[in-house]
Amino acid sequence: MKGLAIRNQRAFACGALFLAFAIFFFVTALSYPAGTVARMGPGYFPRLLAIVLAAIGLVVILGAMKSSAEPQALRKWDLKGLAWVTGSVVLFGALLFPLGLIGALFVLIMVSSRASHEFTWIGALTNAAVLIALCLAVFVYGLGLQLPVWPSLFN
Amino acid sequence: MDLFHNLAIGFATAAQPANLLYAFFGCLLGTLIGVLPGLGPLATIAMLLPITYALPPDAALIMLAGIYYGAQYGGSTTAIVVNLPGESSSVVTTIDGYQMAKQGRAGVALATAAIGSFFAGCVATLAIAALAGPLTATALLFGPKEFFALMILGLILASVLSSGPFIEGIGMVVLGMLLSLVGTDLNSGSQRFAFGVPQLFDGLDFVPLAMGIFGFAEIVKNLEQDDKLSLVTQKITNLFPTRDDFRRMVPAMLRGTTLGTLLGVLPGGGAVLSSFASYTLEKKLSRHPEQFGKGAIEGVAGPESANNAGAQTSFIPLLTLGVPSNVVMALMVGAMNIHNIHPGPEVMTKNPTLFWGLIASMWIGNLMLLVLNLPLVGLWVKLLTIPYRYLFPAIMVFCSIGVYSINSGTFEVYEAAVFCVFGYVLIKLQLPAAPLLLGLVLGPAIEENFRRAMVLSRGDVTALLTSPLSASLLAAAAIAVLLIMLPTIRARREEALQE
Repeated sequence: MKGLAIRNQRAFACGALFLAFAIFFFVTALSYPAGTVARMGPGYFPRLLAIVLAAIGLVVILGAMKSSAEPQALRKWDLKGLAWVTGSVVLFGALLFPLGLIGALFVLIMVSSRASHEFTWIGALTNAAVLIALCLAVFVYGLGLQLPVWPSLFN
Repeated sequence: MDLFHNLAIGFATAAQPANLLYAFFGCLLGTLIGVLPGLGPLATIAMLLPITYALPPDAALIMLAGIYYGAQYGGSTTAIVVNLPGESSSVVTTIDGYQMAKQGRAGVALATAAIGSFFAGCVATLAIAALAGPLTATALLFGPKEFFALMILGLILASVLSSGPFIEGIGMVVLGMLLSLVGTDLNSGSQRFAFGVPQLFDGLDFVPLAMGIFGFAEIVKNLEQDDKLSLVTQKITNLFPTRDDFRRMVPAMLRGTTLGTLLGVLPGGGAVLSSFASYTLEKKLSRHPEQFGKGAIEGVAGPESANNAGAQTSFIPLLTLGVPSNVVMALMVGAMNIHNIHPGPEVMTKNPTLFWGLIASMWIGNLMLLVLNLPLVGLWVKLLTIPYRYLFPAIMVFCSIGVYSINSGTFEVYEAAVFCVFGYVLIKLQLPAAPLLLGLVLGPAIEENFRRAMVLSRGDVTALLTSPLSASLLAAAAIAVLLIMLPTIRARREEALQE
């Protein structure tokens, strides 16, 4: 009997993800009034959906442990690339008001460029210059979008 | 003749110089960005959305529609020239299109795709115009029960048609619906899953979510892969198909167009399904199936016509019923809401110039693409030689500014960052994101209609099955689930959705 082995790691992780979300939503929804079928409160539908998702999660998990399941490992993660890309977006949000569009775009482009394994300083700087000029021309002057262009110090 | 009268209203709107210009810009920008590998119509529309903010609604919609089929079209160019599908509906075009290019017939393949798409576009425009009236009338017969059943059917079909195991697709739909509950409950006015964050009171925005998953997370994924492009190096010279080519492509185009027009209307359907179905059909019908995969022109003409027809007719459920049939249409809902238009049966009666103008502009847009693309093909191919390390920061810049400008606030930017991480998890787990987004968009309407239906039936769930219309829609959904459970169909589906 090798019944309870996780043969399909990928599917197992998917099921676990579904189950985790289901539990989170169900537990949170417990604090909202459920009401009855005829007069549903704000908590009724979320609980219903969370139960459905939990059931799906369990089916997926069991499927991953079936002895007939196709063995499948989890894929390798590139956390560095993810961190550079996500980090540059967060920095853009954080710096847009203090530094203005030009500064925030500069940081966004320089930081995100690091995610490429072919990164060069000159390439990234050139790219930043071209893109900032393009964005100013299109979004600020062309379309008149409300964006803080300069650092807040100058306002 | 109502149809011609309506089309005349439409062309009067679409042919105004300003609107022609926006349609042109939309097609141009859409093609430009759609050509770039890894950026499909969805990411393209999301990125270019802010460009339309300042425009009047009809101009904005005309431009967005132009971006949509421009991007769709650009995808075929990359598929043929570099063997990289620009988006999922041109996956099949890579099979024979790239082979033709390798044989020095890239020009003919591109011309075939262009002519096929144009022809399909013309037919699909007429189909939309002809079907819009009757379907809108049907929509007025729909009550909460029927809308609930229709949307369930759409979500089931969307998960059936997504890649990967069906059960995981359904899981993504339900998760998307749960995420859609974030915000204010319209019935009671109380906050759900907002945790006191004021920006969440209106719910999770569709655009930051789509950009996080389809824009940013895609970039992380693309950076992991070695980006060796197998560019076809020879000059693209001869665009003209021979007499023999014509003989082979015309029937394929006719069949592809018919198939695409029908499948596009299906909830959950659209361009992707149409192109796969058409390829399978052409291979089945051909007297030389062994030529498929080696540069058969039918393998380009059929799917390219089908995906364009499908892309266009997928506007039908959106415009008449207000139900988006796929993720791109869901994004169009978001775009329309920004311009204060709420898609549904009322659009046609309340806003006929906008409605028919959009439809007429689809035909004009298709014509522009034909004129724009064939002579400029060399330019599009040059774009492909830009290294990805210069390209992806540009995508990030446009996405970030786009996300910011939805509400002129940085909260959406952080939201997109969170969904970048989430999207990357989905990519690693090979979970399909499209059903999630569709669940997110349809979730509130499903809950509302379900609750209303239950109020009307005084809590009797069986009422869903006693109305013939909702019962048959739910039965169709059940049949779809049962069919997918059958082993033979499951194997065929896995084969067809193989990427």
